[in-house]
Amino acid sequence: MTIAARRSSARYRWQRRARGFGLFVLLLLVLVYTLFPYYWAIVSSLRSGSALFSTSLVPSFDLTHYMALLQDPVFTGSIVNSLIVAGSTTLISLAVAVAAAYALGRLTFGGKKLMLMAILVVSIFPQIAVMSGMFELVRWFGLYNRIGSLILAYLIFTVPFTVWVLTSFMREFPRELEEAAIMDGCSHWRILTRVLLPLMGPALASTGLLAFILAWNEFLFALTFILSDENRTVPVAIGLISGNSRYEYPFGPVMAASIVVTLPLLALVLFFQRRIVSGLTAGAIKG
Amino acid sequence: MASVSLNQVSKSYGAVDIIRAVDLAIADGEFVVFVGPSGCGKSTLLRLIAGLVPVSSGDISIADEDMTEVPASKRGIAIVFQSYALYPHMTIARNIGFALETSGLGKPEIKAKVTDIARMLKIDHLLGRYPRQLSGGQRQRVAIGRALVRQPKVFLFDEPLSNLDTDLRAEMRVEIARLHEELGTTMVYVTHDQIEAMTLADRIVVLNEGRIEQIGTPQELYRQPANQFVAGFIGSPRMNFVAGALLGEKARGATTLGVRPEAIRLVPAEEAHVSGTLLRLEDLGHEHLAYVEIARDITWTVRLAAHPDRERGAMVGLGWAEEALYRFGTDGRAVA
Ligand SMILES: Nc1ncnc2c1ncn2[C@@H]1O[C@H](COP(=O)(O)OP(=O)(O)O)[C@@H](O)[C@H]1O
Ligand SMILES: [Mg+2]
Repeated sequence: MTIAARRSSARYRWQRRARGFGLFVLLLLVLVYTLFPYYWAIVSSLRSGSALFSTSLVPSFDLTHYMALLQDPVFTGSIVNSLIVAGSTTLISLAVAVAAAYALGRLTFGGKKLMLMAILVVSIFPQIAVMSGMFELVRWFGLYNRIGSLILAYLIFTVPFTVWVLTSFMREFPRELEEAAIMDGCSHWRILTRVLLPLMGPALASTGLLAFILAWNEFLFALTFILSDENRTVPVAIGLISGNSRYEYPFGPVMAASIVVTLPLLALVLFFQRRIVSGLTAGAIKG
Repeated sequence: MASVSLNQVSKSYGAVDIIRAVDLAIADGEFVVFVGPSGCGKSTLLRLIAGLVPVSSGDISIADEDMTEVPASKRGIAIVFQSYALYPHMTIARNIGFALETSGLGKPEIKAKVTDIARMLKIDHLLGRYPRQLSGGQRQRVAIGRALVRQPKVFLFDEPLSNLDTDLRAEMRVEIARLHEELGTTMVYVTHDQIEAMTLADRIVVLNEGRIEQIGTPQELYRQPANQFVAGFIGSPRMNFVAGALLGEKARGATTLGVRPEAIRLVPAEEAHVSGTLLRLEDLGHEHLAYVEIARDITWTVRLAAHPDRERGAMVGLGWAEEALYRFGTDGRAVA
């Protein structure tokens, strides 16, 4: 009996190791699949001339494209524009969303459900469907060919989801904690700023990050509402990079530009990552 | 220090009536305990008194002043919540002092008051920590401290000890009793726990489905329950019931009869009022609980001081003193 038990124990150990190995291989495949395009972009951006046609996987550290990009005033200007647009969009939508979410999540008033539904519906429309209406609006405000037009346009898709996410966060907020603040004499404003907001860090960081990324990467509105090069944002600026002749696709410069504009996003994600993760796991609210 | 009185207070959410026409007068300095089954509206009634939810109809006055429309923070009431509801991002000192901070008191005064309160509750060594670094009992003390610092006229507690283990619960129970003695403040206390209700209360209010079933001292409720609900609710293990018909003439026409487990003795068959099969015996050390099936699907609990020396499945006779029998009419009300 003991021999049988030992044999089955050995079998289970073997099975566990096999499973572990299988999982490792699977993970490796997924990693290669998701990361290879970025790796290839980096490799390509570091090559110039005929080296671009090499299929070697080893990078060659030729910084020609990067130097050219950084000396191009249109490109550096577009980064500044993008930072302004994405930053303002994020700040404005968070400010609007926090106030809206407090009302929708914590106060009782008529038509609340309807309003939430309306907000959700707004975010369902495809961009192209709101384009012409948005164009009229932009012209009306005299924002055509100014980056303000993009901030206005981006709010239409960042505000709905920030409101939606923050509202569900506010809803799940313990009722007794808010009541404790009311007993302590807090006004709505003080509850929002001194009790709710400090505990909303993770939610703000994650929704803000998402809004920033959306605004940073947006192409269609940016192409339509901006006419002149000095007001362009990054995605359009990259799209309009041209080669020496119309028959040459500027593969190297485009790759280099793509890498450069990913860096700010990467920096933001790394900076906020800890807050987001700790917010997801710590159960910061409970007791 | 203040009396609290509720006059025909009702609360409904939409079409659902949660609190139905409650009349209640709480004297200055009294310790009143609300008990009742889960969902009967105890917390809601407490919130109505605190002003956290508005009444649907009726009046609430505190210290003989109409408070029905006065906002929660202006009523001179403090509440200790079941979940403690401490601010997770503030230190213990700030948690306790937050109400004073909100009212605009100066930093040195706040510090002095917070230190006083903390010392009184033996949490002065924890002032620099955060709630997550505290044990359940310590958080409970902080929650009480936060209520105390405002020097309320009325103290409300919503099941404050239900998240603590048994030892700590007993300790905090004594602490709260001491607090009431020292401060002499009016206190309203919601609990599930029979022992808390019986030991802390000057008077107990039994609630059921948003109505008051009975108000009285613990002894009154135990000895003279007004109806079958109160009889079954107060006392642990709960009172044994049986249809009057099963006891024949002894029922004196009552629909339902009740006997408390501690009033029953094991007696020889010829003296027995009822008899049944011993289903199970539980040895609790200081006492024994016997479960006796006196009729199909009617099992009575009997509390015995010593082991009854009977086997499981044996027939046992049960007897009790005549005055230990409670009689209830068709409407559930107690009859003589
Ligand atoms: N804000 C609310 N909206 C709707 N129903 C509520 C609300 N608050 C409490 N209730 C209902 O009121 C009833 C009584 O709740 P509560 O006072 O918390 O009971 P208890 O504290 O006695 O367990 C419950 O059925 C609950 O669902
Ligand atoms: Mg409750």
